[in-house]
Formats: sequence, structure tokens, C-alpha cells
Amino acid sequence: MTAVDPNAAPALAFTDLNVRFATEGGIVHAVKGLSLDVKPGEVVALVGESGSGKSVTSTAAMGLLPANAMVTGEARVGGVNVVGLHEEKVRTMRATEIAMIFQEPMTALNPVLSIEKQLVETFELHDIAYGSDAVDRAIDLLRLVGIPEPEKRIKQYPHQFSGGQRQRIVIAIAISLRPKVIIADEPTTALDVTVQAEILDLLRRLKDELDSGILLITHNMGVVADLADRVAVMFRGSLVETGPVQDVLTNPQHPYTKKLLAAVPRLENVELAETAVVEETIEAPRDLVLRAEDVAIEYQMRGRRFRAVEGVSFDLAKNEILGIVGESGSGKSTIAKAVLGLIPVASGTLAVHGEDLASVSRRRAKEVRRQIGVVFQDPAASLDPRFPIGDVLMEPMIIHRVGTRASRLERAHELLDAVRLPRDVVNRYPHELSGGQRQRVSLARALMLKPELLIADEPTSALDVSVQAAVLEMIKELQQEYAFACLFVSHDLAVVDLLADHVLVMKDGHMVEHGATSSVLHHPQADYTKRLLAAAPVPDPAEQRRRREARRALLASQ
Amino acid sequence: MSTTDSHNSAPVTSTDIYDLAEAEDAALLKKSAKPLSQGQLVRRRFFRHKAAMISLVVIVLIVAVSFSSMGFLGIPGWWDKSYVTAGAVVNGGAPTLSLIPRWLGGEGIHLGEHPFGQESTGKDYFALVMVGTQRSIIMGVVVGVITTFVGSVIGAVSGYFRGRVDSVLMRITDVVIVIPLLAIAAALGQIAGNIGSSVFLLALMIGLISWTGLARLVRGEILSLREREFVAAAQSMGAGAGRIIFQHLMPNAIGVIVVNATFAIASAILLESSLSFLGFGVRPPETSLGLLISQYQGAFTNRPWLFWWPGGIILAFALAVNFLGDGLRDAFDPRQSHRIRRAGLFDWTGRNKNAPAAAIVPPQVEVQPGPSNPAAPTTEGGYDTDKGGRA
Repeated sequence: MTAVDPNAAPALAFTDLNVRFATEGGIVHAVKGLSLDVKPGEVVALVGESGSGKSVTSTAAMGLLPANAMVTGEARVGGVNVVGLHEEKVRTMRATEIAMIFQEPMTALNPVLSIEKQLVETFELHDIAYGSDAVDRAIDLLRLVGIPEPEKRIKQYPHQFSGGQRQRIVIAIAISLRPKVIIADEPTTALDVTVQAEILDLLRRLKDELDSGILLITHNMGVVADLADRVAVMFRGSLVETGPVQDVLTNPQHPYTKKLLAAVPRLENVELAETAVVEETIEAPRDLVLRAEDVAIEYQMRGRRFRAVEGVSFDLAKNEILGIVGESGSGKSTIAKAVLGLIPVASGTLAVHGEDLASVSRRRAKEVRRQIGVVFQDPAASLDPRFPIGDVLMEPMIIHRVGTRASRLERAHELLDAVRLPRDVVNRYPHELSGGQRQRVSLARALMLKPELLIADEPTSALDVSVQAAVLEMIKELQQEYAFACLFVSHDLAVVDLLADHVLVMKDGHMVEHGATSSVLHHPQADYTKRLLAAAPVPDPAEQRRRREARRALLASQ
Repeated sequence: MSTTDSHNSAPVTSTDIYDLAEAEDAALLKKSAKPLSQGQLVRRRFFRHKAAMISLVVIVLIVAVSFSSMGFLGIPGWWDKSYVTAGAVVNGGAPTLSLIPRWLGGEGIHLGEHPFGQESTGKDYFALVMVGTQRSIIMGVVVGVITTFVGSVIGAVSGYFRGRVDSVLMRITDVVIVIPLLAIAAALGQIAGNIGSSVFLLALMIGLISWTGLARLVRGEILSLREREFVAAAQSMGAGAGRIIFQHLMPNAIGVIVVNATFAIASAILLESSLSFLGFGVRPPETSLGLLISQYQGAFTNRPWLFWWPGGIILAFALAVNFLGDGLRDAFDPRQSHRIRRAGLFDWTGRNKNAPAAAIVPPQVEVQPGPSNPAAPTTEGGYDTDKGGRA
């Protein structure tokens, strides 16, 4: 890491920045008197949960706030205050002085233009280079961000690149005019952990080469520990703590920072080196709820078949939690969907309480499904926006014609108590609740019919860490009370480690490793599991540096 | 509204952040305001839309006057002249309606004997125009109801089931679409005319061929709605297709359906006028606004009121219904209307100048930015202060 000159003029400086939005519900004060500097060659991480105002801050620096925003204070980019600056002047500063890396590489690139056109565009817009000169520069950029064979690949379109490569291209566009400031808004959130580690490596290399200041916006403390020099913590629009990364992450001063860090699930005591396999002890007889044997699942796409999952076997007993982990496209959610009956099983047996879902009659299948509750990933989408919470909760009972209106309401109240929501929520609508509250409603709905099996498909990945901690705690608690079996699908190894008794690691539709959590996640045998574990960043800079080295060694050895 | 309390709170204290989840629950409990449903929010936004409210008044006025004056279904109205009996033409049939008060030098406000004048055979033109208006309104409403019902059911079924059902229904839709509406309506109008010049029958027939546009729109809407997780949630609970379509999908597509129903009404009124004008619609002695225009188009130069009364009412009614639809669309989908700032007619399409321009959203909507969750769609109707810049 190159040393940051403490006396250098800041590349980006906020002074008493205030942003207010005029909305139907009145004035929303999104950023309250924020002051923050980013020096050249420095990475400052702006962390906070959703609604904390971190993205509004960065958008203010780009001059991209919507028309209903009222901004006061200063946001200086290379000495020029962009607050209140004429639109046209701000536009010429973009890309040359300040550039942005977006969260979603799939949508940040235009799918109908070749990469070449999109890279060259920046040069042409700012009168830097045209024609073959511009193309040569674009090829150099691609080489810089590590795209193999840039001469050939520059002619290709975004869909021909993988997610990680697309993010590299987005980064190439951002750095094309060597901006003084780069704003990276959740640059790795949409990526798998192994790809995330590569992108973080790239950003680390680039900021040294370009000597740009990077304002990194993220909610992931592991990413902060990996990349940032300084950390600024935002809470409800205010800056509550700033300091060097080591200090803030290991010795937080402000109670909110403490709380935030405490809520981050950590995966510790991972032994990546070869160790003896821990022999599993013969367990007490288990009351099997779900059994999968050599299951294959296919998607039908326009007549063609695509095998998403193959040769997966596992079992799940009452009172147990099985975690299914893997990266995107590994088929982990497909298994959950097959158990729910949303996708048919192509071969093998998938049996709930000994009844094979593929062979039972429709009526029987409905009966079997009554035993299964489900919690989906997106709490905003999984509740019908036109149903009040009471109706949402009672729906499973109405569908299966259980109980009377009074007894249904009673059960709804019972479960609202169990998930610690006030009872009068029954008259409210989903949009009035926060994400965490909605997910608790989902959880309550899943348990309405006293299911024996709960399927949780990434139930916390759309939630903030502190809310995630509360929801995970609640799942554990409810399991103790209701003794259901739980199939927990997640990409987050630390979350699975926290909750699951057994873990199934998936890659490209195949099982990679299966066993008790303590052995799979702490003494992994498969190379893939090891890579996965090594790529997940931890919220401790020193520890993370160590892990980064370990990961390099691991990759070099394979 | 208490929705922004959390954002306006004074500097952060440690008690504030005791536990985020608990703080949220406390905020929820504190909210004593009656919970607003989606429908109530829509209604509130609708009532703020000035153009739509003016249109609503205009529509109510036209409907009330036309139905009360001439009576309906055998109930006699307050206007004593018939629209079929001819009489002596008084003063060249000029209108006796006067709206200029005496103190302004006019004749005072009074209806007179023939407020809209008389046509060439001495029939009272007010009676004729009011009956014509009734016919047009019946036409519009019947066509609107049929179109909406057929179109939304076919669209929803086809969008939900996809596959073969979708193919069959959409090919039927295509066939109906390629038949020129005016030609088939003309042919049907002939038959309807022969059957007994029933406006209901004509409306029924036009309704049965003009549902195609709505069917396609609803299908598109349902195709995107069915991928939402609440549908998967209902399916995995064991809900049947009927329940999912009618309880979950249709209510969520209500915006598209209602808005297009109003437009269907406006276009049905215009279609009826065109048909009658061409001579394929309503036949004398029955009457309609289009027929009146067609009959007296020659009188435009010397007796212009014979043209202007029916023409003006068609214009006013169709325009009002369109504005109503506009207001409904803005109410159902506030984000769309404000992102694309349409230059409304004379820029009085209801946006309060002092009110915020963007971000008219249901309160308490919070969007999870979906960390490590690329597939998550952005929350509907959501406006996240965090991501505010790009909302």
C-alpha cells in the first residue's frame, strides 16, 4: 500500500453537506451536516445501513440528485464546489474529475452497444481522442483491468462477458480519463464472493497506479476491511464515526458502530490446510422429514432442457437445519423450488415424510405441501401489496380451509406474538413495514399451518446486517418452539455457519461437499469449499490481509 | 404524517440505536394514524389531480342533466318536450338559452322555450341532444364494461398460464385485431339496426370486438407480476390458479385495467359517433350525437347550433373521460408520471406547484438495496432515501 500524503489537497471534500428531499410525506432530511475528505490515493469507505444516506452523499458529489432534492453546504471535487454549480459545468467534470462504478454490472452497460463503442464514447465526449487512437486507448484500458485478449474481445457485446468481467469493464470506463475521484457504489455487492475478491484486488492495484481517491460505499464490513484506509460510519444521515480502518473495525467508539460490527456474522476457526477428517459420530435415530436421493432437476426453456441440478442426495430430520450454500447458478435455490413443487423433479426421489412428490396425486400433493412453510428472499416482493397483513397471514389457512375466521385470527395473533410484532399489525399493509418486519411477517405466515418443514430461500440477504441478526435469531428461537426441520439456502457462509447443523455445498448443479457444519465449514476437504471460504472477507483488516495472502497461496497451489 | 419522524430526529444518541429492529417496532406502534391501504393512497392522489377532478364534475353534470331531463327506462324526466314530435319552427329555430345576466346588458339567465333551438321540422333540439347524449353514454359504459371484463380475463388467463393457453388466446386476439374495427362495427351496426336499432345491442357487439388492446396490456402486466415472489408464495401454499389470478394478480393489475377502461369508454363514444355519422349506427327516429351531426352537417353555415351542441358534448365528454383516465394513471403509478414530466395541457394537469415534483410515494416504503442479491427487483413504489439519487 502506498502511503497517503496527509498534506495533499483532498480530491473530494464534503463540508457541512445537507440534503433534504421534499416528498409527499413532508421533508426528508437525508444527509445531515456531513463533512468528509478523500485524499488522492486514499480509499475512504462510507458504511451504513439502507436509508443512512450514504448513496445520497455520493450522488450529491456527482451532481445527479433528483429535482426535489435541496442541497446546502459544499461538495468539492478537486477544489471545485459542485453544489449549485451549473448543470453543464458539472457534466464536463464527470469522467475527467469524478467517475462512478455502479453496483449492477448487468445494467450499467448498454446491451446493444459493443464494449468498444462504450469505452470510446468517454474519450469522444470529452474531446480526448477519436478513431483508432481512441480504440487503442480503450484496448489499453481493458488490458489494465485484466480482460484477456483485449484486441479481440473489445468487439464483443456485454452479454458475452461474465459478471466479473463486466464489472471490470465498468471500472475501465470509470478510470478511462484518470479521474481524481472514483465513487464505487457497492461495487461488489452483485458479485459472488470469489469474483468479489478479484475485483477488490483490481481496485487496490488501480488506486495505486492512478493515485485517485476512492469513495467506497458499501454495507459489507469485510470489503471495508479488505480495501479501505479510512472508514466513515453513517447512521440516519449523520456521520457518527470516522477513523483509520484498523481503529474503527477493531475498536469502535460509537455505540452504533459497535452494534453494527457485533451484528456481522463471522466465520472463524477455519482450517484451510489439510487436516484429518473429523469422524462423525453415529447419531441418535432421526425423525426424517425430507429425503432427497440422486435428484436431478431440469428447466424447460423453449423446448430445450437445461439440467440445473444433478445427483443431489441429502436428508433432513425434525429439529435440524440444513444449509445449502453455493454461488449464483449453483442450483441451490432450484432445490428449494423443487421441494416446494414449483419445478418438477426430473429423476431421483424427493420425498417429504416418505411420500415422493413426483408420484403422489395432485390432491395428496396439496396435503403434503401443507406441511411445508416457505420464506422467500425479497420481503418486499413476497407479500402481496394489496393484502393487509392479517389477510396475508390467514391466507394459508383459507387455502387449506382450516378453522373459522375467529380461529384464524387467533392463530395470526399467536404468531405475531411469536415474531414479536404488535398485534394491530393485522390491519396494516406491507408497504408500511420495514424490510425486517416484512420478513418476520413472512416467517409468521410460513408457520401458520404448523409446518414440519420450513424452507428459507436466502431469507436475510436483502436485509441490513443488524436486521439480519434479529431475523436469524428469530428463526432459531422459533425452531426451538415449533421443532420444524429447516432447509436454509444462502450464499453467505457465515450465516449458514451460525444456523445450520449440516451443510451442503453446491457448484454448477452438483454436490461438492456435504456433512456436519463443523467439518465442512471449518475443516473443508473439497478445493472448491476452500476457495469459497478463503474468498469471503472478514471485518478485521489485519486478519483480512492474512487471509488475502492465504488465498493467494491457495490459488497458486491449485 | 409521522412517516418522516425517523429522518428528522435530532443528532443521533445512543438510545436511538439501542436496537434497530426494536426501534422500528416502536416507530410502528407510535404511528397512531389509521393505516392507509393502497386503494386509499390512490384515492388521495386522485383527488389531488385537478384536471381529473374537473373532468369528474363535467362528467357527472352531463350524465345528470341528460338522464334527468329526458327520463330513462320509462321514468319521465323534467323536460316536457319530446324528441320525436315535430312542431312549428319559432324564430328560425334559434336557441333561446341565455346565459348573460340582465345587468350585463343580456337577456337574463333563462332556458326559454327551446334552449338548444329547433331543427328543421320543429323538433326540440335540447330533447334530441339529451337523448343522443344518453345513447352515447350507454354505449360508452356498456362497451367499457364488456371490454374490461373480456379483455382483462383473457389477458390474465393467458399471461398466467403461458404456453399453449397463451398461444391459443393470443392468436384469437390477433385475429380479432386484424379485422378493421370500423368495418366490422359497420356491418354489425347494419344488423343491429335491422334488429331494432337497439343501442344496447350495438354496444354489445362493439364491446365484443374491442377488448383486444386491453387483453394484450393485461397479459403483459400479468407476465411480469407472476414472477413476483408473492405469487410463488401463494403457489407453494397450494393456492389454485383461480385464486392466484383473481385474488393476487388482477388486484395488482387494477391500475392498468381501470385506466384503460376509461379510455375504452371514450373511444367507444367516438366510435359510435363515427358509425352514426357514416349511417351505420343508430337510425332515426332513434337518435345519437353522431347521427345529429351527420344529419345537420349541411346546416353548419346558417344554423351552426345544430352542429355545435352535439359536437361540443361529444368533445367535452370524451375529453373529460380521457383526463379522468390520465388522473387515474397518475394516481395508480405516481412514479411514472413524475419521472417523465409530460407537459400537460396548459400545464394544469393537477400537479400542485408547491408540492414536491418527484417522490410522491406511499409513506414508509423502504427499499432494501439488495446487498449480495443481484436478482432482487427494486421494490415497487419504493423510494429509498439511500438510493434516492436514481429513483
